[in-house]
Amino acid sequence: MNQYPLWKNLLVVIVVLVGALFALPNIYDQDPSLEISGTRRASVDETTMARITQAMEKAGVEAKGISSENAKLLVRFLNSEDQLKAKEAIADELGTDYNQALTLSPDLPDWLRSFGAEPMYLGLDLRGGIHVLIDVDMEAAVQQAVERNSGDIRTLLRKNKVRYLRVSREGEKVVIKFNDLAKRDKAEQLIHSEFRSLATAMSDEGGDFYVRATLKPAERRAVQKFALEQNITTLRNRVNALGVAEPLIQQQGERRIVVQLPGAQDPAKLKEILGATATLEYRLADTEHSVQDAVNGRVPPGSKLYHERNGQPVLLKKSVIVTGNQIIDASSGFDQRSGQPMVSVRLDGPGGNRMRRVTNDNVSKPMAVVFIENRVVTRMVDGEPVKHRTKVEEVISIANILEPFGSRFQTTGLDTPEEAHDLALLLRAGALAAPIEIVEERTIGPSLGQDNIDQGFMSVMIGMALVMIFMAVYYRVFGLVADLALSMNLVLIVAILSMLQATLTLPGIAGIVLTVGMAVDANVLIFERIREEIRNGNTPQASIQAGYAKAFSTIIDANITTLIAAVVLFSFGTGPIKGFAVTLAIGILTSMFTAIIGTRAVINWIYGRRQVKALAV
Amino acid sequence: MQIFKKTTKFNFMGGRKLALIVSSAVILVALASIVVRGLNLGIDFTGGTLVEVGYQETVDLPKVREALAAEGFSEATVQHFGTSRDVLVRLAPKDGADSAAISTSAFAAMSKLADGQADMRRVEFVGPQVGDELTEDGGLAMLYALIGILIYVGIRFEYRFAVGAVIALVHDVIFTIGIFSLFQVEFDLPVLAAVLAVIGYSLNDTIVVFDRIRENFRKIRKGSAVEIINASLNQTLTRTLVTSLTTLLVLIALFVFGGEIIHGFALALIVGVVVGTYSSIYVASTAIIMMGISKDDLMPVEKEGADVEETP
Repeated sequence: MNQYPLWKNLLVVIVVLVGALFALPNIYDQDPSLEISGTRRASVDETTMARITQAMEKAGVEAKGISSENAKLLVRFLNSEDQLKAKEAIADELGTDYNQALTLSPDLPDWLRSFGAEPMYLGLDLRGGIHVLIDVDMEAAVQQAVERNSGDIRTLLRKNKVRYLRVSREGEKVVIKFNDLAKRDKAEQLIHSEFRSLATAMSDEGGDFYVRATLKPAERRAVQKFALEQNITTLRNRVNALGVAEPLIQQQGERRIVVQLPGAQDPAKLKEILGATATLEYRLADTEHSVQDAVNGRVPPGSKLYHERNGQPVLLKKSVIVTGNQIIDASSGFDQRSGQPMVSVRLDGPGGNRMRRVTNDNVSKPMAVVFIENRVVTRMVDGEPVKHRTKVEEVISIANILEPFGSRFQTTGLDTPEEAHDLALLLRAGALAAPIEIVEERTIGPSLGQDNIDQGFMSVMIGMALVMIFMAVYYRVFGLVADLALSMNLVLIVAILSMLQATLTLPGIAGIVLTVGMAVDANVLIFERIREEIRNGNTPQASIQAGYAKAFSTIIDANITTLIAAVVLFSFGTGPIKGFAVTLAIGILTSMFTAIIGTRAVINWIYGRRQVKALAV
Repeated sequence: MQIFKKTTKFNFMGGRKLALIVSSAVILVALASIVVRGLNLGIDFTGGTLVEVGYQETVDLPKVREALAAEGFSEATVQHFGTSRDVLVRLAPKDGADSAAISTSAFAAMSKLADGQADMRRVEFVGPQVGDELTEDGGLAMLYALIGILIYVGIRFEYRFAVGAVIALVHDVIFTIGIFSLFQVEFDLPVLAAVLAVIGYSLNDTIVVFDRIRENFRKIRKGSAVEIINASLNQTLTRTLVTSLTTLLVLIALFVFGGEIIHGFALALIVGVVVGTYSSIYVASTAIIMMGISKDDLMPVEKEGADVEETP
């Protein structure tokens, strides 16, 4: 008799139920929504909600619902027209203290939300948006580091009165030329002991003596890693200002950065933001005048009003002590005496001299670092693009001068090591950012995204219907059982994609379609075996048993080889191809479960407990 | 319903010489085409800019070309995409030009044509170095997939089966790419993914046949290798045809309803499934016969084989 033990039947039932539960969120509509969050200057609360409701009422826009979650407000709309109208109205009301982001959010009932169930994460080709791949010029980053060292080597040799003919940079090497062997050897010793990060080599060529210094491999890697990290940090800061929900900024490979902005539509604007240049200025704070007066409009001459990142106003002197391109290096660490997080900064010669003069006269007074970003924004005016330059200025650090200092100094008083790390990144961002280049860009308009979803959905449904009709006609009852398994397989694929929050792309949908076609293969193998067994004169029950048993190893072999292809695809593919590989792999695994264990449970339930004269196969 | 009432007795291997000649000839033609005509590579591989614009009404391509030429894009390839309201423009990569500026001004020119009533469907820009990397990665991916399969089949079966399977796969891949070259159908990233999926599918078919050959080698005591392989092919014939049919059904649905973007992808898979079905019968089996497979090679009974034998 063909009967499954209770646990196997339970397993099938539980998997099906859990799968159905997690696949469920996908059948709810995704509402166009606005996500509103406060900046450091303001937070979202009841009054904000009231202001938003009022603003929308005035503009005559009706929201489908407003909810608050994790210090954010989510306003849903019936259509994207309302969404855009409301965005303008709310921006007028709230001003720049709040960030608004356009997004899609599923209209899930609360009980479903409580399970943490979410719909599949749609890729950019389905929801529309911008994808940009950025290449960081690592060679330039290393060359900049070498260049900084060549300056320091000059200073070191001069200070120790070692006369050299020339210090120059050739590619990633600093070349120092001497006319005297003894001087060269002394210089080499000095460099060796002073610059731990440099590897040196000596040579004699045509009567001249050379020292060649390069970055040690570990240091070279550190420089490159830092360049990439710093670019990611600055890009993230800038992209966040764009007001896009769920932006993705991620390292890809050793030198690339991926930026994905779902729902964004204007690649030109993004590129202006990415291409912004930044610099820094060290300025003394104006402690003689009242900040409050300046806020009220009475800014004293010789000073200027700035804001800290948390919105706190600060009054700074207009004269600049040093600028960002005079910073040679900035790194974070811990203060040796106090153990507090700190950032150590190195300035070039002229910068160091000026800093020494200013700090000598201003001990115990506060000094601030201003971060300045120049952005070029193109706006369409009467159908013609007009470029606007905008300047964003922000005080990123303010600290008291404890003692006079020159070209090397430390900034302490930072709360956490992360803060120190971020400050170091920002300090270097001014002058040291490795050049970046956009090497790939894909923008998908919202209409195409929706078309892709509709067409993808349509082909899955029609393809599946064709296969199901064929199976039912060809294998009768067994075919219907296979059809049931096929539907379950689709539910499970959707459920797993939703649980993993893996990105569903158009090729991903194609992968699902393909799995639908191939998933029945396991059942075809089993059913053909059963038919064969019956033809060989075996009883129906024995034929079922043998059919499943004999087909099993074939199915495993066939599926593992396809899985190998899927894994290779995943590891070599980018974006959309990965999506295809993921759905293909998930489809293979779920189809093995539904086609072998799932159908067997149903077949056993239909035929298992009784005497059967003939099978409808 | 059944395609064949009884297990068929086609003499597949009797026609293996003819199949060998046909396959070799077809592969030669495909290779010649790939070498001589090359592939119509998409911007994923060549680099460049692509702009798709949706108009409200039908547009004439010459007008679009004119509008683009006025903006300095005289080299642009312009074509309808899917419907006569959608226009696809391809621009060759330019050194030193800003990709954003290119796509923005190309779209502006096309939008002006319809008094601003045009819809930006998509913009793709791929830098030349990314294109080169993709080509390299694609080649590597195919190579690694084949090596992985060679190893797995070699362990599970025997080295001659592994070589036979890989020969069949290479046959299918060359044939599929050859079709794209011969008819100059655009070869882009999704098509490459489809070719890799063809490897997976075709192998699936071949493994099922090999599995039966192995089983029969161990079970049937008399008969030559050719006879046993013939019997195995006949026993699996219905399954081969049914699975190919169901897969083709969904692929045709994908080709017809999936939209223009997915056409190349669906086409590659349709070609691959058809040729994969043929190759699992004729190429893979012919290859193992030519390498002189015999019963003795599979006699040391492995564990899986033993399990199958025990069941009545």
